Amino acid sequence: MRKTPLNSLHHRLGARMVEFAGWQMPLRYTSEIEEHLAVRHDAGMFDVSHMTRIDIRGTGAIEFLRYLLANDVAKLKQASRALYSCMLNEQGGIIDDVVAFYRDESHFRLVTNAATREKDWVWINRQAKDFEVGIYFRDDLAMIAVQGPNAREMTDGHLPAALQEQVKTLKPFAFAESESWMAARTGYTGEDGYELMLPNEQAPRLWEALLECGVQPCGLVARDTLRMEAGFNLYGQEMDEDISPLECGLARTVALESPDRKFIGRSALERQLAMGVKWWRAGLILQAPGVLRRGQKVKLASGEGEITSGGFSPTLQSSIALARLPTTGERQCQVEIRGCWKLAQIVQPPFVRHGKIMIEIATDKGDHHE
Amino acid sequence: MSDVPRELKYTKNHEWVRRRDDGNLAVGITDHAQEALGDLVYVELPETGREVKAGEACAVVESVKAAADIYSPVAGTIIDVNQVLADMPELINENPYGTHIFILKPQDPAAWETLLDTEEYAKLLSEES
Repeated sequence: MRKTPLNSLHHRLGARMVEFAGWQMPLRYTSEIEEHLAVRHDAGMFDVSHMTRIDIRGTGAIEFLRYLLANDVAKLKQASRALYSCMLNEQGGIIDDVVAFYRDESHFRLVTNAATREKDWVWINRQAKDFEVGIYFRDDLAMIAVQGPNAREMTDGHLPAALQEQVKTLKPFAFAESESWMAARTGYTGEDGYELMLPNEQAPRLWEALLECGVQPCGLVARDTLRMEAGFNLYGQEMDEDISPLECGLARTVALESPDRKFIGRSALERQLAMGVKWWRAGLILQAPGVLRRGQKVKLASGEGEITSGGFSPTLQSSIALARLPTTGERQCQVEIRGCWKLAQIVQPPFVRHGKIMIEIATDKGDHHE
Repeated sequence: MSDVPRELKYTKNHEWVRRRDDGNLAVGITDHAQEALGDLVYVELPETGREVKAGEACAVVESVKAAADIYSPVAGTIIDVNQVLADMPELINENPYGTHIFILKPQDPAAWETLLDTEEYAKLLSEES
């Protein structure tokens, strides 16, 4: 099992450790609900060093990424900006979702998932053979996400001096770099904060400094409930190689504007648009006692769907889910939990952003009960 | 190491069983079980009056991350449930051995003796870890 540079610190903090995508990672340190709420109301930090970091260097970098990714890196008007995108196969299915960091004309960094590391590497290398690029894993870097309304303020003093000035004016989805450190105003929680990349050997010192000033360490459970509330997809759940970005709420990340940009999967997506999209991503809020879970069946007036991620929302204090549905038109559905059909409200994610509940929770719980 | 009180019996599914003065059995989940599940957010209680076999799934505890069945340790009848858990499932995290899920009237009063004792359960835990 692979270990991040922070592994011994997680053990020292008494974290419950779990194997995740071949890595030994913290599931939780204390209470996952407390960890979750710390991020919503104060600041929490996550060891995300298991994520895959790949640098794309060379004069063909922009041209290559415009071919490789469904979103268009040419949308980035200047360096030091990041872009979220799906990486598709020829059928329009999602090989992975990535964040592309535009460092300069001949240098990008991709952050991709942990579980998809080997297949991404093979795929990217295979697609790159006609382009002037070199492709490099950046396993020399660790990655720590510090998230929450107070996260940036609590972090700034611990950054290298050269970064401290730059980060003050950092816009969302922008980043700054110095001495092998990268501080990006990105994240996976729906709160403000940073994702920091830094040399492995410097990561423990930063983690301990943040711990010292009261940033709550958070495990994978809180990471999952936070991203679900924020309405972010998780690769392998909402997204996989048989689902296109149009079918899982990511249409706005597909750039079809330039007709001559023939990115991988484009013609399949255009066919889907012409024929009609089969699946839609929605949010659900359970209107009865119980907990929504991945794999549960969803019944609507117009057909059936299923839950792709489910669990408990500490902010809403009820169970929420992301689901794959055959329609967008309906407001309510039934979900099968252990053989019983229970009423759920259908909403448009996100459920929560910047500490605030973004959806109107239905009070009508009786009408369509079976 | 999790807490394993001496006056209780245990099952391999991580339930604890307390024999009360009236001979009925209170059933809950162990410190190890609540610790493994994490913050509990929902408990599905059995119906009072239900007859259960030994090892029959009769309640469900759900945490933020996972759901787990609770099995009846011995055959008998559910005579009471801990209704407070419907609104406060977190009591199990806070006080696992003081928070029962249901009360069982055992078919065979001697069945309790066949459950794991403290040493046997502690051994099971050390083998699992």
